[in-house]
Amino acid sequence: MATDFSYPDAAAKAAALPKEFGPEKMSLSMGPSHPSTHGVLRIQFELDGEIVTKADPVIGYLHRGDEKIAENMTYNQFVPYTDRLDYIAPLANNMAYAIAVERLAKLEVPARCQAIRVLTAEMARVSSHLMGLGAFGIDVGAWTVFMYCFEEREKLYKLFEELTGARFTTSYSRIGGLARDVPDGWIQRVDAFTDQFLPILDEVLSLLSRNKIFLDRTVGVGVISRSDAIAYGLSGPNLRGSGVANDLRKDRPYSGYEQYEFDVPVGAQGDCYDRYLCRGEEMKQSIGIIRQIVKNFPRGDWYAPDARKIFAPPKEKILTSMEELINNFMIVTEGPQMPVGEVYFEAENPKGALGFYIVSKGGGVPYRMKIRSPSFCNLSILPKLCVGNLVSDVVAILGSLDFVMGECDR
Amino acid sequence: MTTDVDLTTAVSQQFPSASPRASLDCPAFNILAAEVPAILQYLRDAQGFDFLTDLTAIDWTAEKSPRFTVIWHLYSSGQHRYVRVAADCTSATEPVMPSVTGLWAGADWHERECYDMFGIIFTGHPDLRRILMWDGYPYFPLRKEFPLAGLPAALPDAEISAETGAGVIAAPMMGGPFVAIPGQPMSAAEPRAKDEAWSEHSEKTV
Repeated sequence: MATDFSYPDAAAKAAALPKEFGPEKMSLSMGPSHPSTHGVLRIQFELDGEIVTKADPVIGYLHRGDEKIAENMTYNQFVPYTDRLDYIAPLANNMAYAIAVERLAKLEVPARCQAIRVLTAEMARVSSHLMGLGAFGIDVGAWTVFMYCFEEREKLYKLFEELTGARFTTSYSRIGGLARDVPDGWIQRVDAFTDQFLPILDEVLSLLSRNKIFLDRTVGVGVISRSDAIAYGLSGPNLRGSGVANDLRKDRPYSGYEQYEFDVPVGAQGDCYDRYLCRGEEMKQSIGIIRQIVKNFPRGDWYAPDARKIFAPPKEKILTSMEELINNFMIVTEGPQMPVGEVYFEAENPKGALGFYIVSKGGGVPYRMKIRSPSFCNLSILPKLCVGNLVSDVVAILGSLDFVMGECDR
Repeated sequence: MTTDVDLTTAVSQQFPSASPRASLDCPAFNILAAEVPAILQYLRDAQGFDFLTDLTAIDWTAEKSPRFTVIWHLYSSGQHRYVRVAADCTSATEPVMPSVTGLWAGADWHERECYDMFGIIFTGHPDLRRILMWDGYPYFPLRKEFPLAGLPAALPDAEISAETGAGVIAAPMMGGPFVAIPGQPMSAAEPRAKDEAWSEHSEKTV
C-alpha cells in the first residue's frame, strides 16, 4: 500500500482534463447474480476506467413482504419467517423475535430458557462469521480459508440439526419458551466442539492476518469513518470496525447477557481489514460465552410455565388435562394473547442490530410489525463507500460488509 | 445522563407542542409534522441520540384520520437507550412528511422504503424513488387495503410484458395458514377466506 498514487486524486485529475481529452464514463451492472454480491444485490456503477465514480445499489430482488405477512398471522406462526431473514444465523433471529414479543407481553422466561437462547445465538454468530470469513476469503482469492470455515460450520449445523431438527430453518424459539429442551448429551457435544474449534480458528486466521495478498487487498480499502458509520446507522462488526464500541449485548443486556464475561473488539481504521479482525475476535469471544454457559448450565424450566395464554403447554399435559387442552387450542387458533401497546426491541445479531417494532391492538396478531434489518442499513452506505475505489476493491468491500439479502429485502 | 422523566420534561419544555405517547418501553413523543426536523435535531445534538436506528410508518386504515403515522426510533450510543418519536401525516390522500436526510445520511434508504411501502412523500429527500419494489409499480403494499395475496400488475419490463403477455398475478392463498383476526368470525380465519386469486365467487383466471 506504500504508493503515492491515490484513486480519488486520479479521478479528480481526470475530471479536470479538457473536454476533448475528458474521460468517457462507462456504466456497468454488477449482479443481481454475481459471485461476490452474496445473493441478489445488484449495483449499477458508473465507471471512469476502472474507478467507480457513482454506485447505485438496486435491492428488492428478494423482497417477500415479510412485514405484510406478519400482519396476517399469529405471533407464533411468524417464527418460521424469522429464519428466512438472516438465513445464515436463523437461531439468533428466532431469539430476537421471541424476546421482542415477550417484551410486549412483559414476560420473563426462566434462566434455562435464556441460557439456551444465548447459547444457540452465540453458536449462530460463530457459524455466521465463519460463512462471512470464508466468503470474504474467496472474494479476495483465498480458497483454503473457505474450505476450513465450511468444515467447521458443518459441525455446527450438525449440532443445530440435533437440537432443532433442521440445519438452516431452525424455528427454534416460541413466544415464552422454546420448541423443545436440549437433547441428552448435546451440551457435552457443544463443549467438545469448542475444544477442537479454537485451534482451527487460530490456524484459519493465521492464513489471512499476515498474508501479504490479503493485506494488500484489504488494508486501507473501504475506509468507513466513525462519523459516517454513525450517520448511516451501521451496526455490528461494520460499526465496531470503525471504532465505535457499540454492542447491545453489553450496552442493553437481554436474555441474561449481563452474566457472561466477554470483550467487544473494535477497529481503529474502519477499513476492510479491521472489519475482518473484529469478526475473527468476535468468534473467540462467542466461544468464551458458550463455554461459560456450558460450565454453569442452569436447570429448571425451559419455558415460562405461568404464561398460560401465551406458551402452549407440553404435549403430555395437553392430552391429560382439559384446561391445558383448551389453552393449547386457543393459542393455536387465536395466537398468544398480547396486550395493547407498542415496543421496539433490538438484538445484537451476527450482522448487526436486528430490530422488531411491534404495534399491537391486543389479540394474537400484530397490527403492524416493522423489521429493522442490519444488512439494509449496512448496505445503505454503499453509494458513498464505493466511489473512488477500483471495481476489484468493491468486491473486497462487499465481502467485508458481510450482508445477507434475505434480511435486507425482507 | 438524564433519566427518562428528565427527557420528557426537557422535550416538552423546549417544544410545547410535543406530548408524551403511550409506550411499553422507551420514552415516546407525539409531535407535529412541521416540527420533525427541529425536534429530531434537538434530540440528536442536545440529548445525545446519535443513531437513527429505524424509521417506519403505521397505516391506521382509510377510515381513520389522521391515517398515517411516521415513527422514528433514535438510539443514544452514550446513554444506551432509545427514544420513539411519532408524527401524523395531516393528509390521508397525499401524505407528506419532512425528510431528515439532512440530519442522518442513513435516513435516505429508510425514507425511500417508507415511500415505497406507504406512499408517504418525504419533502426535501434528494432522490425519493422506490427501493424494494420496482420503479413504476402502481401500489403501496403495506397500506392496509392492499391484500395479502397481492394485486395483478404489469411486469417491470414493458417489452417482456408485451412479448409474453405475462404479468404479476395475485398469489394463491388456498394452502396458507389459519389467521385469526381479532373481532372477526372463525370462518374469516380460514386460508381460503383470504384468497384473492380465486374462490367460489370468482373463477381461477390463470
